[in-house]
Amino acid sequence: MTIIHLTLKIWRQTGPESKGSFKTYESGPITTAMSFLEMLDVLNERLILSGEEPVAFDHDCREGICGMCGSVINGTPHGPEKKTTLCQLHMRHFQDGDTLVIEPFRSRAFKLVKDLIVDRSAFDAIIAEGGYVSVNTGGTPDANAIPIPTFTAEQALDAAECIGCGACVAACPNASAMLFVGAKISHLALLPQGQPERSKRALAMVKKMDELGFGNCGNEKYCEKACPKGISISNIARLNREFMRAAFCSVEE
Amino acid sequence: MQLNHRIPSGPLTEKWDRFRFETKLINPANKRKFEIIVVGAGLAGASASATLGELGYNVNTFCIQDSPRRGHSIAAQGGINAAKNYQNDGDSIWRLFYDTIKGGDFRAREANVYRLAQISNQIIDQCVAQGVPFAREYGGLLANRSFGGAQVSRTFYARGQTGQQLLLGAYSAMMRQVKAGKVTLHPRSEMMDLVVINGQARGIVTRNLITGAIESYAADAVVLATGGYGNAYYLSTNAMASNVTATWRAYKRGAAFANPCFVQIHPTCIPVHGTYQSKLTLMSESLRNDGRVWVPTRTGDKRPPAEIPEAERDYYLEKKYPSFGNLVPRDVASRNAKEQCDQGKGVGDTGLAVYLDFSEAINRLGEVAIRRKYGNLFDMYEKITGQDPVKEPMTIYPAVHYTMGGLWVDYHLMSTVPGLFVLGEANFSDHGANRLGASALMQGLADGYFVLPATISSHFAESSLPPITTSHPAFTEAMDTTKGRIQRLLSINGKRTPDDFHRELGLLLWDYCGMARNEAGLKLALGRLPDLKEKFWQDLKVTGSGADLNQTLERAGRVADFIEFAEIMILDALSRQESCGCHFREESQTGEHEAKRMDDKYSYVSAWQYQGEGQTPKLHKEHLVFENIQLSQRSYT
Ligand SMILES: Cc1cc2nc3c(=O)[nH]c(=O)nc-3n(C[C@H](O)[C@H](O)[C@H](O)COP(=O)(O)OP(=O)(O)OC[C@H]3O[C@@H](n4cnc5c(N)ncnc54)[C@H](O)[C@@H]3O)c2cc1C
Ligand code: FES
Repeated sequence: MTIIHLTLKIWRQTGPESKGSFKTYESGPITTAMSFLEMLDVLNERLILSGEEPVAFDHDCREGICGMCGSVINGTPHGPEKKTTLCQLHMRHFQDGDTLVIEPFRSRAFKLVKDLIVDRSAFDAIIAEGGYVSVNTGGTPDANAIPIPTFTAEQALDAAECIGCGACVAACPNASAMLFVGAKISHLALLPQGQPERSKRALAMVKKMDELGFGNCGNEKYCEKACPKGISISNIARLNREFMRAAFCSVEE
Repeated sequence: MQLNHRIPSGPLTEKWDRFRFETKLINPANKRKFEIIVVGAGLAGASASATLGELGYNVNTFCIQDSPRRGHSIAAQGGINAAKNYQNDGDSIWRLFYDTIKGGDFRAREANVYRLAQISNQIIDQCVAQGVPFAREYGGLLANRSFGGAQVSRTFYARGQTGQQLLLGAYSAMMRQVKAGKVTLHPRSEMMDLVVINGQARGIVTRNLITGAIESYAADAVVLATGGYGNAYYLSTNAMASNVTATWRAYKRGAAFANPCFVQIHPTCIPVHGTYQSKLTLMSESLRNDGRVWVPTRTGDKRPPAEIPEAERDYYLEKKYPSFGNLVPRDVASRNAKEQCDQGKGVGDTGLAVYLDFSEAINRLGEVAIRRKYGNLFDMYEKITGQDPVKEPMTIYPAVHYTMGGLWVDYHLMSTVPGLFVLGEANFSDHGANRLGASALMQGLADGYFVLPATISSHFAESSLPPITTSHPAFTEAMDTTKGRIQRLLSINGKRTPDDFHRELGLLLWDYCGMARNEAGLKLALGRLPDLKEKFWQDLKVTGSGADLNQTLERAGRVADFIEFAEIMILDALSRQESCGCHFREESQTGEHEAKRMDDKYSYVSAWQYQGEGQTPKLHKEHLVFENIQLSQRSYT
């Protein structure tokens, strides 16, 4: 087992209104089989015992699926490994002596809560505007009543895999949420079940996204690179198409 | 305390219909006069919130995470069962019912399980209508895979992330009700206590995890859908925030806790690799469709797997259980893995692992096909271990995964506290002593979409519910208790972190109340608990204050409850001197080392009732009646 030592520069901020700053810590011995969050656990255990408040960070599943974790590591959301959430990033990807700068996902629409934790409730607010099919429980047709080509179902799942972590927003110079919104719009627009509300959904979700202070897509593709699930930027193209189609061709307001 | 299961009379197949016909309904205009609290927004909580909102009730939904989309259900990988018989392979509602009862080693209620099997098909219809992108065949129809304990293909899936897709479906349905003003969300809120007034559950006390504020909410009914308690063992496949706090506080307010010792240990998880380890990662059971489990035939064989010739590999599951092979139920697979490792045939650095090998399937179907089925699981495995399962077999070992025990509920899903309903993994209802793969998602959604919405109206129609507000003294008392406890946790200022205590508790439970249990070990563990509890309250260190976001404080509160809870787990394991399903008492085994039930003595659900601080809880028994199936020694050979 390999042991490495790192220097950690971590953003510390006690609350949304207080002023934050970087604080430097020595990691102590870290085995390379550890995950990034386990490395932070080890640091936090030490901080608690020394009477210092541990670094607050969000996490839950630690399996790369809940979308709760996420920080910017040396300028990259979720760190250097492609298609990997922070909880799935392992220390074998770092070298002994490295310095890591760890800071929260920053965006106008994501208010800072504490240290590395931000408020991403704006994503829920966008989904509430139309990220669903309006069917009540019960009375739905047999699941096999509408055949869906494998390819379509797979494509819809590619988009539906979004974990809502917010890395796309953090990576974008304009803090745009279009990859997140595009993923949901695509998932439902691709499926027959999503057709009845297709136009309404696109208009409502985009309107909310704009209202909440997210920026516009500048086609820089930083979001796609940062996305731990590899959600493709083609979903943004589809979002634009869906929005145009709805704005010009539909009777929805 | 009376355990009245309220199972409707009549033939098994007609009970649910009869219940729905005979139950009192609430007219649509009156539904909006009722307030319901739902604690939890996993599959059970989100599906219940959505449906109750659609029906017109006013719902307040609470969860710990920053968004309800992140509940632990999101991590479920393999799939969800239903008796659709789309594969025409002989499946039926009856077969799903039978498999589930048998898989649970005959320790579940017939009526509940039959209802679950009946509802299973509607769940799939519902999810497809919501736009859940399940896997499909080339003709466009839904695809299925097989799971353990079944000889039919009845599991629906969306790659290795079925839980995610189902939860996002339920979450979106709930968000639609948020938009409609019927559901109010309270994320980053932790339930700290249940408020019982005149014997009825009428509200909860919560801690706002951002501001630290202790708040209270009143309602006409409280629904707990707070998941399982597997994290009592510290290391488990559960998400980090999974806890027993909500159900434990309800227990202390009078809700009986059923079968707490029934804990499922999942056979295929990535083995432990260090003391710093924070959780264990599941490799879905679906992998056993194509992966073959083996160990070297010779003890202490340390050669790399590729150098071990076919003749020197022991595919012990295929050999021992020819008709189910690698797809035996989880308890059987786990115990066999432990047995191999105990014999010194374990592999990997620690010797606590067995191989799960895909080479045969890759030769037969090609790498592309196998990657298409399991790609994301392979990626996850490689990220964690740095090894590619296509090139060398996975190493796996059992880990704590799911808890069949939970708050006792009747056929209506109501606990022993009137007005307190319990759904999903948090209740004990359907899985007996062992849950079959892909049945938890089914149960969570059955409870939330279909069962509770039908049963809750009878509670409202039949109870007198005088109006109350949070100014009632019972709320003040519960809030003061909560505040006092938090103050106590903060003021100890000792030398050990919450995680440190949690690890100690976890190890104790794993060693003595884990995959195999015996009287001496259980008594030893029971004897150590008071000391652990005392040390916790004397030597705990929590930094910061209660007045803002404080994750150390959150953990400390949950660990304190796990320590108390461990007592009834061990008491339950001690009192059940038979083996059944996941509960393996070494004293009670067959000649082939399989779990040996003692139906004449233990064919009951144990339900523990709180008797006050320092008092031994009281055991009540709900005797199980089997009218439709014959009890048999489970056999998968
Ligand atoms: C890795 C993994 C894979 C699995 N795969 C499968 C599978 O393929 N098929 C299958 O059928 N089952 C599977 N299971 C089991 C299944 O996922 C769970 O049993 C099920 O999702 C539980 O759902 P739930 O709604 O009851 O609870 P959870 O999803 O655990 O949700 C609990 C909710 O309660 C909230 N909560 C908890 N405590 C409190 C509190 N004190 N105050 C406020 N809120 C609280 C949480 O925030 C959360 O929203 C798997 C489990 C794991 C761990
Ligand atoms: S903790 Fe769930 S995605 Fe990282």
